[in-house]
Amino acid sequence: MTGLRERAIVSLRSTPSLPKHVRIQYDPVRQAFAVLSPEKVFWPNEISLDILRRCDGRSTVDHIIADLAADYDADREAVAADVIAFLQEWSDKLLVKL
Amino acid sequence: MSAPLLPPIGMLAELTHRCPLQCPYCSNPLELLKANRELDTLTWLDLFSQAADLGVLQVHLSGGEPTLRRDLEQLIAGLSARGVYTNLITAGVNIAEGRIEAFAEAGLDHLQLSFQGARQETTDRIGNRKGSHQRKLETARRARAAGLPLTINAPIHRHNIEEVPEFIDLALSLGAERLEIANVQYAGWALANRNALMPERAAVDRQADIVAAAQEQLAGIINIDFVTPDYFATYPKPCMGGWARDAFMVAPDGTVLPCHAAQTIPSLRFERFGERTLAEIWSDSPAFNAFRGTEWMQEPCRSCERREVDWGGCRCQAMAIAGNAAATDPACIKSPIHKHMAILTDAALAEAAPEGAESFIFRRIGAATRPDNRA
Repeated sequence: MTGLRERAIVSLRSTPSLPKHVRIQYDPVRQAFAVLSPEKVFWPNEISLDILRRCDGRSTVDHIIADLAADYDADREAVAADVIAFLQEWSDKLLVKL
Repeated sequence: MSAPLLPPIGMLAELTHRCPLQCPYCSNPLELLKANRELDTLTWLDLFSQAADLGVLQVHLSGGEPTLRRDLEQLIAGLSARGVYTNLITAGVNIAEGRIEAFAEAGLDHLQLSFQGARQETTDRIGNRKGSHQRKLETARRARAAGLPLTINAPIHRHNIEEVPEFIDLALSLGAERLEIANVQYAGWALANRNALMPERAAVDRQADIVAAAQEQLAGIINIDFVTPDYFATYPKPCMGGWARDAFMVAPDGTVLPCHAAQTIPSLRFERFGERTLAEIWSDSPAFNAFRGTEWMQEPCRSCERREVDWGGCRCQAMAIAGNAAATDPACIKSPIHKHMAILTDAALAEAAPEGAESFIFRRIGAATRPDNRA
């Protein structure tokens, strides 16, 4: 059974999504978006939120990068490096599903 | 207190003290409340609604055994309607057919299931109930089938510390997203059973190496959270993230507390939900304000560069071992009585009965008298 699960590695073709135990929610008390997960609450910054909101299980990482580069009017290569590193880190913590 | 008062993020609701298991390290107080002292459904729902208004984002439904509350589905639905993240903390031994599915349908976000051992004989012996291990395995399978994310919680002590690798295999085989290897905190029943539970330093060191290696090897596969044992520590934990800083708990009768063991501090008086609103208790209760922030601290905490890292550690451990709730947690190397922790662990091991012959004070109403733990 153990062998069925492996660490996922981000590729441009991955279609990330939020797993069932993670959700983004607006908190009216603190007027900020929170990411809720078992035992932990995260307060992502604007850029992290923009990545997480695009993790809909349909958009590819390639598409997410292109979309963000256009939105931020930023260099695609720089955006790609940041997005891939972010998604790998969140996947390793089981906060994003690839 | 100079720091601004922030709204609480997390709340632990001990819905009941009733439990089918009798674990000798239970974090409930020694004086357990009977069912007739429990808040009713509407009062819990009102409390949860006030908690959401106050800023609480996560509620951990615990006990005792929370599934003994027949209104649990209703309580989950009430929290879910307010967008609160709900976590059910269960022993998983006696959950009726169809209920886990009903919890999921009511909006439960996550289920945390305890295992007293990774082996059947350990689980059944520590919880003092035959057949409990098998029932827990069944609960885990039902939770997964209902689509619920799963954490396996393994409270660690002398009698199961060598099972840590097996706990990791068990959590993987059950498909859990998360495993807590949680060394027992010596408060409540664990303090009464300290001599029978305390592990050896060599076993603690081995365990730390095993967990660190597994955390690295299993990154992205399972999250392993490690709660280290205080008595072998160099620095204390930021207990509850700091006293009344961003979390609190509620006892079955509605008493609102900064932590599990707060009632062991005799100078404090705690308020009950209903006598005052939750917002009033959170902001004004003298017991909540007693150790908030850093103004209350004595030396060496007061001038310590870690004072806002660990917030002085655990107030209840300071009470239990130093005899003063405002003292530095003796787990800290800077505490003047830090060496007493090693004396206590040595004494526990010297008095340890051979494996299988130990006499636990099992958790049940009227079973415990308060031991003298002071330095």
